[in-house]
Amino acid sequence: MRALLVERLVHRFAAARVAALVAGSGSGIGIGPLRLGEIERPSLPGPDWHRVAPLLSGICGSDLATLDGESSHFFEDIVTFPFVPGHEIVGVLADGPETGARVVVEPVLSCVVRGIEPLCPSCAAGRTGACERIAFGAIRPGLQTGYCADTGGGWSDELVAHKTQLHLVPDTMSDEAAVMVEPTACAIHAALAGQVVPGERIVVLGAGTLGLCTIAALRCHTLPATLLAVAKYKVQRHFAAEFGADDVVGPSELGRAVRRMTGTLALARTGAAIDRLAGGADTVFDCVGSSRSIAEALEVVRPGGRIVLVGMPGVVRVDLAPLWQREVALCGAYAYGTESLPDGPRRTFALAFELVGTAHLEQLVSAHYPLDRYEEAVRHAANAGRRGSVKVVFDLRREDPAWRRAAEVAAPKRRVPREKKKLETSA
Amino acid sequence: MSPRPGFVLEVDRSTPPTLFWHGEGFRFEQLPAGSRVVYPPESLDGLADPDAAIRHALEHPVGDSAPLSALLRPGMRLTIAFDDVSLPLPPMRRPDMRQRVVEAVLDAAAAAGVDDVVLIAALALHRRMTDDELRQALGDRVFDAFAPHGLLLQHDAEDPDALVHLGLTDKGEDVEINRRAAESDLLVYVNINLSAMDGGHKSVATGLASYRSLKHHHNVRTLQHSRSLMDRHHSEMHSSNWRMGRLIKNAGVKIFQIESTLNLDMFPSQFGFLQKREWEWSLADRAGFHSTRLALDHTPPRLARQIFQSMLSPYAPTSVQAGEVEAVHDLTLENLHRQQLVAVEGQTDILTMGLPYLCPYNVNSIMNPLLVACLGLGYFFNLYRGRPLVREGGVCIISHPTPWAFNPVHHPSYIDFFEQVLADTTDMFEIEQRYEQKFATDPWYIHLYRTSYAYHGVHPLYMWYWCAHALDYLGGVIIVGGDRAAVRRMGFKPASTLADALEMAEDVVGRGPSITHLHAPPLLVADVS
Repeated sequence: MRALLVERLVHRFAAARVAALVAGSGSGIGIGPLRLGEIERPSLPGPDWHRVAPLLSGICGSDLATLDGESSHFFEDIVTFPFVPGHEIVGVLADGPETGARVVVEPVLSCVVRGIEPLCPSCAAGRTGACERIAFGAIRPGLQTGYCADTGGGWSDELVAHKTQLHLVPDTMSDEAAVMVEPTACAIHAALAGQVVPGERIVVLGAGTLGLCTIAALRCHTLPATLLAVAKYKVQRHFAAEFGADDVVGPSELGRAVRRMTGTLALARTGAAIDRLAGGADTVFDCVGSSRSIAEALEVVRPGGRIVLVGMPGVVRVDLAPLWQREVALCGAYAYGTESLPDGPRRTFALAFELVGTAHLEQLVSAHYPLDRYEEAVRHAANAGRRGSVKVVFDLRREDPAWRRAAEVAAPKRRVPREKKKLETSA
Repeated sequence: MSPRPGFVLEVDRSTPPTLFWHGEGFRFEQLPAGSRVVYPPESLDGLADPDAAIRHALEHPVGDSAPLSALLRPGMRLTIAFDDVSLPLPPMRRPDMRQRVVEAVLDAAAAAGVDDVVLIAALALHRRMTDDELRQALGDRVFDAFAPHGLLLQHDAEDPDALVHLGLTDKGEDVEINRRAAESDLLVYVNINLSAMDGGHKSVATGLASYRSLKHHHNVRTLQHSRSLMDRHHSEMHSSNWRMGRLIKNAGVKIFQIESTLNLDMFPSQFGFLQKREWEWSLADRAGFHSTRLALDHTPPRLARQIFQSMLSPYAPTSVQAGEVEAVHDLTLENLHRQQLVAVEGQTDILTMGLPYLCPYNVNSIMNPLLVACLGLGYFFNLYRGRPLVREGGVCIISHPTPWAFNPVHHPSYIDFFEQVLADTTDMFEIEQRYEQKFATDPWYIHLYRTSYAYHGVHPLYMWYWCAHALDYLGGVIIVGGDRAAVRRMGFKPASTLADALEMAEDVVGRGPSITHLHAPPLLVADVS
């Protein structure tokens, strides 16, 4: 089968990194670690595993960081090479009695998926994103589908997934909406991790896919007095406002905008050009994850406030003096699991299915590419905002993999009443 | 030969191009044949001996007032308030008229044995003046005698201890002014009356007031019904100030008003061409203009701004009058009109104007887009008596670079207003309702107003309100040669050239429109029949 594959080729990672540093993200795609090739179909690791043929698979910021050679070495022990990227996946089941049913893959490879018993404390608490066993069990190390050599990933004709990873897609939901479920789940988890108290003033830094979904999630699940979004590009400003930001400003306006939102005093060496805010926002959601964005978050958060790292950071250089002096809490928000809501615990993915529908997040899918135009796709994704786009996806619906032909021969007319069926998803 | 009065030229094929101010530069525009150009009168001769005229005015007051010397006595509290950096424009070569008048008043006070004297810059909600600016206005002697002893103050409209509420007018308007001024035995107010808008009861009721008081006349409704701001008898803003002024008087505040008028010698000799009509330019004027324009074309904007901001005008005083506020102001208006009034027959479909680098609120600063709007639509549009130069539904074409640039020290709340409020709405009533309180009470703006050199937080809203009458009346506003984003942010239309702008204006006023160009500065007031 065809797949985009990332191999552990240090010189290629180095070349991609240099290219990204010199010419910007995505520019090293041709010389980097990603290649398109024919590989063996992944084996089913166990009886509860299924084959999934991706329909759409998104290109995420963390994928771009990997391809740019900028991912942290922290991940080295929790991924296995070679791996097929792609963890934002809507596909169809390619085996079993429900062949042809559309599913969204919940990519975290937690204890249940790995056949580990007893569950680690995190998984036992429903926090599968924080699983402590992601390098152990029945499959090789890998924090998610798309980073594990045994499971494959969305940027291919086929992957394998444990039954607990699969969520049936309602007939009423488009493929584009379904592929937005995974990033939306990340955003909901982040929004809830912020522990926003009603009436707080919050800031969302960055308005790529994750930032925009976070805005929608915050508007849906929290009650801030004011939600200020920082967006660089016109398309981002448009969606940020549509998804519920009260005010949308450019990066250069951030300090001044937070000052006027909070009414705080400011320190100004030059008279009135703002050097530092005396107070600031209650919570800042950093959906970028760069040195600069973390520094900006520290500049605009109030003493005793909270910064939630939503975007994947790597190695950053940040002056933490303000964090120390102002007693700012800095926390990460990775993936998803089970969320504690006032009316009881809910799976993040279940909440994400709802939010994608109510907020119409499918509109964020801006461009589709076939696998063989992967270089173009990655460059587009790396410059999405500048090119008036948000989410770029690989479209495998026009591909004609062997399983589909086989499935059609085996059961050409079969349709499953999907809205009534649910796969088990409990951990 | 006596100075010639103002003049309305009808453009024909032989008319040379007309000079348009364009910020820190100029445009030379060929107006269509049949257009009119309204030129200001020539500058009147200044007073032969200004100091003698001042002494005479102090001792021969008008209206119901005793001579100054009779109002002064040992042991009294005397406060001298004076106009701030917003007047005159450009700043005047030394000695500034305020210096002459203040020195004369201080001489009289010293002669009468008055010891308790305080000077107050009547800032209202304007920025504080720097020491250099105070020296420029008052002279070194006065500054050195008062400032080191804490006797040269700047009105602080946000210091509750320094304000006193005198009551409500019959229209329910709060009158709250500077406590020291109100509680003095005598308040002498020293005006420079560059335009008919200034002076009278507005001096104390605005210059020494708080936001609580100012909001009663600096609001959209009042300014929409101030037609014009240069005609106090048809200006709601002035009516409100007059009500407040009379309340101040009835509250027992004794005011001795001193107003002075200036001629139209606004620009130094090297810019003499700016004082003349183009077809009368001498060879030297032509050379001066072209060399200036050439030099400006090759000068970075920041440097050009510094050059223009350093310009001092050779104004000469044409009159000085002192005494009771209303009587003094009536006389001032007569003298102002003698210099500035130009008779114009009928209105026009399109009014064009070139705006200079300077307005009352950007001395030593940047003419930001809001100030462009305020100068064009608040001040120049209102340079009329009777009817506006442009007909209702007509178009105003403004020439100015309108840079998206702000001085963060002087105009911090302007930046927020431009970035946040105008991005949301340009509707004045909505802005007033949704944003005024927030800007007026923002603690950071108040802090900067009181301790730095920032205009008050609410000031940018006032600049926008200042355009209320024009925007309610006009069918469109086009800015030629401006930053397109900045122009659009204000809801106006940008045009690259005057020809484009005229064509765009025809979409509003129809084909073959009448065009009138306001050739100012120097300032004029069109008396439109």
